[in-house]
Amino acid sequence: MLRIPCPYCGLRDEPEFAFGGPSHITRPPCTCDDATWGSYLWERDNPVGVHYERWVHAYGCGRWFNVARHTLTHEILAVYGMGQPRPELSGDRGE
Amino acid sequence: MGYKPRHMQRYSLARLAWHAFRANRGWQPAWREPVLRKAYDVVIVGGGGHGLATAYYLASKHGVRKIAVLERGWIGGGNSGRNTQVVRSNYFHAASSSFYDHSLRLYEGLASELNFNVMLSQRGLVNLAHSEHEMEIVRRWCNAIRINGIDSEILSTDEIRRLVPAVNVHGRFPVLGGFVQHRAGICRHDAVVWGYARAASALGVHIVQNCEVTGFDISGGEARGVRTTRGAISAGRIVMNAAGHASHLGALAGLRLPLATMALQAMVTEPVKPVLDVVVISATVHAYVSQSDRGEIVIGAGADAYNSYAQRGGLPQQRSTIGAVVELFPSFSRLKLMRQWAGRVDITPDTSPLMGSTPIQGLYINCGWGTGGFKAIPAGGDTMAHTVATGQAHPLIRGFGLDRFRTGRLIDEGAAAGVAH
Repeated sequence: MLRIPCPYCGLRDEPEFAFGGPSHITRPPCTCDDATWGSYLWERDNPVGVHYERWVHAYGCGRWFNVARHTLTHEILAVYGMGQPRPELSGDRGE
Repeated sequence: MGYKPRHMQRYSLARLAWHAFRANRGWQPAWREPVLRKAYDVVIVGGGGHGLATAYYLASKHGVRKIAVLERGWIGGGNSGRNTQVVRSNYFHAASSSFYDHSLRLYEGLASELNFNVMLSQRGLVNLAHSEHEMEIVRRWCNAIRINGIDSEILSTDEIRRLVPAVNVHGRFPVLGGFVQHRAGICRHDAVVWGYARAASALGVHIVQNCEVTGFDISGGEARGVRTTRGAISAGRIVMNAAGHASHLGALAGLRLPLATMALQAMVTEPVKPVLDVVVISATVHAYVSQSDRGEIVIGAGADAYNSYAQRGGLPQQRSTIGAVVELFPSFSRLKLMRQWAGRVDITPDTSPLMGSTPIQGLYINCGWGTGGFKAIPAGGDTMAHTVATGQAHPLIRGFGLDRFRTGRLIDEGAAAGVAH
């Protein structure tokens, strides 16, 4: 079970939260070609290591925030606000 | 099919008796330990069911001779040995139905084809519905399956009670009906891996364990070979079959794939006497249950809803799954869990697989099976072998190519594929 530190409510159990997928995806201009648009919609970083992702405290304050979490150890390395840049973290490879 | 075992000792009743009289000292290993060569015609990355089946059909149907299957750990040690053994073809979309029914038909003849008992048991698979709305969806789903020419039958609550006497139809979410595919069932997963490995090895395929691929040699947009922990190997055609590592392997070749890897867990109870002779699935409460030949109740849970490469599975999923199973089968509440494990599943946005060519000439992918790769092994191997041998996508997998994420022709099996993930 994950224990996630909500920046507004503090440390809570995983079932209170909902996962919102990867963060920091930038929409290309609408004039882009199909390959760029397809890449924006579907292609994702899927690392064995640090994953930058969005969570919402669904059964709590209902607010969104960003989490940097290791996908092998599940260790939460940073929590930061929506719209903030991703923190640079070392140890991207866990295996 | 031009399948002529050259080095394989056939298994039969007579052979069993012959060896028994010689104190069973004459049995040979089921597949050979090869001496790794520097070059092959086809290199297959990943020694799970799909990789071994691809090698087998390349050798048996297409006459490709120099094939290596490179496996980082041991064959069948990934998702091929971690799934809940279910085979079925009750999919909604025509593209999926025809592919998965081809797979089920190959499973039906697999034991005699491979001369290996894969213990296929077509015991039937029952999907439960718990509301009037779900019954409407079940009728639509069941009719779609029948229009696709596959057996499927709507069941009333009474018929479900006759098929599954242990089920509690008056639980928190009462059972209003459902449907059954009688040809679905379970099949021993290790036997499928070993059977393909043995038959492929007999046709000269090199099965190389403890050999991890660490990079690809690509020049001029063409695949030339792989780099491994046991040295460089050249090959003009390479197939990536590493379930749970497809994104990582793709990144080594410069590909960014539409995948999210998650942990899907399963568990078994202590063995008990026969109580459940069909597979039961409820999408609403998320229960997925069968009884193995050893008597264990096999329970499949949902995937943890976040990216994970940990082969553990989270406690919240485990709790909700067990809660649902115990509500449906109150007698199971007395059982102790014996083992729990998880596999890494690569989930695509439309929960359909990724199969076929890549932008790199000679490099093929077969991945993105999400939570349902086991049932697809024979057809995955057969169609990928055709694709690699001829250079043209097999008709059954034309819809499953990478290009669908550019054209938008997704095959959305998310709602229809068994249980929600």
